[in-house]
Amino acid sequence: MSTIELTGVSRWFGNVVAVNDVTMTIGPGVTGLLGPNGAGKSTLLGMMSGFLPPSSGTVTIDGVEVWRNPSMYSEIGLVPEAQAMFDTMTAEEFVLANARLHKLADPQSATLAALEQVELLDARARRIGTFSKGMKQRVKMATALVHEPKVLLLDEPFNGMDPRQRMHLLALLQRLGTDGHTVLFSSHILEEVEDIAGTIEVVVAGRQAASGDFRSIRRLMTERPHQYSLSSSDNRTLAAAIISDGSADAVSLTPTGLDVQASDFGRFVHALPRIARDANIALFDVTPADESLESVFAYLVAR
Amino acid sequence: MNTVIMRLALRALLGSRRVWILVGLSGLLFAVAGLSRWGSGGAVDVSTSVIVNFGFGLLVPIMCLLVGTGVIAPEIEDGSIVYLLAKPIPRRTIVLSKLVVAIAVAVTFCVASIVIASAIAGDQDGQLALSMAVATALASVAYVAVFFMIAVLTRNSIIVGLLYALLWEGVLAGYVPGVRAVSIRQWALAPAERIVEGNAAIPIASEVGLVAGIILLAAATVGSIIVSIQRLKVLSVRVSD
Repeated sequence: MSTIELTGVSRWFGNVVAVNDVTMTIGPGVTGLLGPNGAGKSTLLGMMSGFLPPSSGTVTIDGVEVWRNPSMYSEIGLVPEAQAMFDTMTAEEFVLANARLHKLADPQSATLAALEQVELLDARARRIGTFSKGMKQRVKMATALVHEPKVLLLDEPFNGMDPRQRMHLLALLQRLGTDGHTVLFSSHILEEVEDIAGTIEVVVAGRQAASGDFRSIRRLMTERPHQYSLSSSDNRTLAAAIISDGSADAVSLTPTGLDVQASDFGRFVHALPRIARDANIALFDVTPADESLESVFAYLVAR
Repeated sequence: MNTVIMRLALRALLGSRRVWILVGLSGLLFAVAGLSRWGSGGAVDVSTSVIVNFGFGLLVPIMCLLVGTGVIAPEIEDGSIVYLLAKPIPRRTIVLSKLVVAIAVAVTFCVASIVIASAIAGDQDGQLALSMAVATALASVAYVAVFFMIAVLTRNSIIVGLLYALLWEGVLAGYVPGVRAVSIRQWALAPAERIVEGNAAIPIASEVGLVAGIILLAAATVGSIIVSIQRLKVLSVRVSD
């Protein structure tokens, strides 16, 4: 059981403040670090993994400072976002090299165990360079897990994964969290965090915007009205059908199509295809108008 | 020293395009040596000039630049260095392990190239090959250490290294008297000068004495290693793209 503790942590690069006076405690279980691109998530992870000194404040794991302390890495598993690995090596060779660098007693069996955890045993003799992005992600996971660290830090681990790989990684992280590991992963996609993280830390523009139970924060996020722009084969009929269905609050005609406002995001996106099909209308384009994370998080911060 | 890091470094180095550039540079040296022999009939004073100025003065620093930066710069550039740094291994061990590999490769490659080129161009009882092999081996160690340091200090290591090798060591050290005494090239030539002392046919001259040359080479090497280790301790690595 390990605890990551950030106390009054700021980090600036020249005149740019990337992280501004953040204090957070991350305990065992799975925690999501959520925020729009450029919010400072990678900077925070960089400081937690000892690759970046805080400009002020302290970052500790179990009370020990991480910066300039390579011995901490026996307790930390790091999954960087960067794709580059030693591409000419096979998955097994690379994980084995990592196991040896950790000076494990039995690197070979640790390697096979890690590859099994990420379900790469079958592909272990293939060169990493030939792997898809999702498979590379799993190799990275295996290298991070091979020494059975207490703390696992993952930077945008779901990027580039297909739904099946995503489900698999979700299950793996959940299992690690239940087993008492301290798992922290960053994401800029709300839905990714939903199924897995019990607690989330939301950062916006370098500041901590929200912290705590996912569900209550999620409710705040989903209750806000959502805007969509649609275009279809028959905009007027579709407008009437949407309004009579009751899944949206307001519909207005525009020169190119429709603008729809829905307060229940889940209900509307599920209802729309059905409404269109029942009215025999072809949907050409459905665009969330204000789904940029910045607007979601700005809304959250305003609350 | 860590054998895993050494194996990884060797593999990365020999698996990269840099090896083929090294082979190409050697081939170029052999071709020039061959032309020199054909043009001069193997006159040893001419081949000395070719080996010292072109081989040793120009190609050896470039080869060492490729090798010295090659064991670390690509990993820093693409971020894969995190897999080495995120391990409970002192940074000193990482630097020394990589340097040993780079030095071994550079010394082997450069010395072999110089020795073979000397034989092609024309030698006198192996005196040219012997003296320049010693100079090349010593220079390679110092060059690799310096270029490795440049690679951990700047992302533009090839450009900075080339500027140093060509401008400082190549051009300025050829004309400016003060600069000449402050170059790895001149320091490494000191023992070569001693070996061929009294042999007028092989005119090798250094700006510095033997003891000074050796001490300065050692100082440059050790100083570069210390700076590299200190720098790697505080290297901020991108964990994201």
